[in-house]
Amino acid sequence: MSDKNKDTQWPLWEVFVQTKTGASYTHSGSVHAPDKEMALQIARDVYTRRSEGRSIWVVPSEDIAATQPKDAESLFDPADDKPYRLPTYYRFPKGITM
Amino acid sequence: MENVKDVETEDLVLLSIFEKRLNNDEKIEPKEWMPDHYRKQLMRMISLHAHSEVIGMQPEGNWVTRAPSLARKAILLAKIQDEGGHGLYLYGAAETLGIGRKEMIDQLHSGKAKYSSVFNYPTLNWADIGAIGWLVDGAAIVNQTMLAKGSYGPYSRAMIRICKEEGFHNRQGYDLMITMMRGTKEQQEMAQDAMNRWWWPALMMFGPHDKNSFNSRELMKYKVKTESNDDLRQQFIDRTIPQAEKIGLKIPDPNLKFNEKTGHYEISEINWEEFYNVVKGNGPCNRERIQNHIKAHEEGQWVREAALVYAEKNGI
Amino acid sequence: MSKKDALFNYCLRLGDNSLILSQRLSEWCGHAPILEEDLALTNIALDLIGQAREFLTYAGDIEGKGRTEDTLAYHRDAKDFRNLLLVEQPNGNFAHTTVRQFFFSAYAFHLYSALKASKDENIGAFAAKSLKEVTYHLRHSSEWMLRLGDGTEESRKHILTAIDDLWMYTGELFENSELDEALINEGIAVDASVLHELWNETVQGIFHRINLPLPQEGYMLKGGIKGVHTEHLGHLLAEMQFLPRAYPDAKW
Repeated sequence: MSDKNKDTQWPLWEVFVQTKTGASYTHSGSVHAPDKEMALQIARDVYTRRSEGRSIWVVPSEDIAATQPKDAESLFDPADDKPYRLPTYYRFPKGITM
Repeated sequence: MENVKDVETEDLVLLSIFEKRLNNDEKIEPKEWMPDHYRKQLMRMISLHAHSEVIGMQPEGNWVTRAPSLARKAILLAKIQDEGGHGLYLYGAAETLGIGRKEMIDQLHSGKAKYSSVFNYPTLNWADIGAIGWLVDGAAIVNQTMLAKGSYGPYSRAMIRICKEEGFHNRQGYDLMITMMRGTKEQQEMAQDAMNRWWWPALMMFGPHDKNSFNSRELMKYKVKTESNDDLRQQFIDRTIPQAEKIGLKIPDPNLKFNEKTGHYEISEINWEEFYNVVKGNGPCNRERIQNHIKAHEEGQWVREAALVYAEKNGI
Repeated sequence: MSKKDALFNYCLRLGDNSLILSQRLSEWCGHAPILEEDLALTNIALDLIGQAREFLTYAGDIEGKGRTEDTLAYHRDAKDFRNLLLVEQPNGNFAHTTVRQFFFSAYAFHLYSALKASKDENIGAFAAKSLKEVTYHLRHSSEWMLRLGDGTEESRKHILTAIDDLWMYTGELFENSELDEALINEGIAVDASVLHELWNETVQGIFHRINLPLPQEGYMLKGGIKGVHTEHLGHLLAEMQFLPRAYPDAKW
């Protein structure tokens, strides 16, 4: 007889759905699944019932590495003062097309 | 060795960052620091919501094998499936706060976690299915539209998804009631009977008057909830009564009147004794709902285990 | 028997198989072993209802007496149903449901693959659409056969019991009714007997992967496609048909 205290709710996976070929994969949410194949099927049943997708990726939640909010400033603010990375920084005389 | 005072100071700094974000209407995301109270309130609320969706599958499942047309059967199956899906999204949102789904299920079974008491009422005739879609989901939409603007990212996103799907639930319920009211005398009687039994439980879904609800006040403070129970209830009442009158259904409230000055309907006082009793576990179906859930869970253990063992054996 | 009667009978069988199996799956609502599987089973039930509606509506059109999908579903008694005995068997436990689904989906997969080419355009179209759905049902139930058949000792035991219980209903999958002959000759219906080898291959493919013994070709129970059913169908219909029969003037 199995132990009722054992957690048999299956590991957590994160689901990414591509709405149509060529589009980016967007995070849709999570599912519980025992393995890759079932995770794909379950994600299909949970997240694409209203024709929301043509392709699915699944990843075990514990395999996702994430930046920490407390590091957001040092990671992302420095990009704010480099406008020369954008095409709009560069102005040319009328009549010139690049 | 960290000095207690240093820890407190750090917490105060983090708290002020958190509060600033709330005031700016920024979303709080899973890995961030949040006050313990905020985390606890959210866990309670999200898991209550998740459990409600799942338990809600039972009163409707009660009629799915007796749906009187293939079209209605398909619609009801799709709706029940959605409810299961909503439970799933919400358990997922709760899990981002650090609680596992097993723990939430255990809490549901032990009674430690609650679910919306509206699902402790029985579905006695086919029109109840219409009443649930129209009134119960209608009330849920009023609530959920507000929650979709809430401060916790995963919950807010789950709610947006749910709101999109909930629209169909509400409409198919009203459509069913219209069909019944345009039907035979027996069908009309079924519809009015369902109305009589579901109206007050739907109003109770909005919870106690805010002045009597600690939880309501805390959730408003944390911008998880942005409108009061009473305001939401009034929105629902004002929107729904004309829908009922349009199809000839009577509201089971002898004191109901429309206040010309305020532009709102005024209802009798809700039977709070019934409300608190049902919440406490004395409703018509409380025991049955939980026992069914426990049974499915226990009987399913060998299935869930088999899948885990297979995965391990095959390294997938 | 005219060709019309034969075609009506054939479409009824296709519709009834999906209808009755869908009804069985809908009994799982809220009771599945895990929330995710509640969604999966309901999904299959929904696909099957869709198939039932198409075939039954078409059957009613062929008959030409004004019977709709609902008249056919709710106002026939058991003897007029043409579904296989397999699909009316009770759900039992999840292993039982899985084996029933696997056996049926493997059959439906090969049936619709062949029926896509039916000389009757409507049947061909319905078969093509259903094939997509059934491909997924077969994939899903095959994965569960593997996981339960080769999971724990307990799950394997349940699978073996279920196979033992249901095997005797699989012979009927490859039976034709006498009415089918003309339709088969005209390329409208599929000769069910040719599906047997394909089905065996699919089933053995899964059984082999997890060392499940293939049952001996024992005595097979039949009769469903001729309207002679098991005791189960009567109860299933009593529940399913109650409302329209109790309120015959009502529209729902």
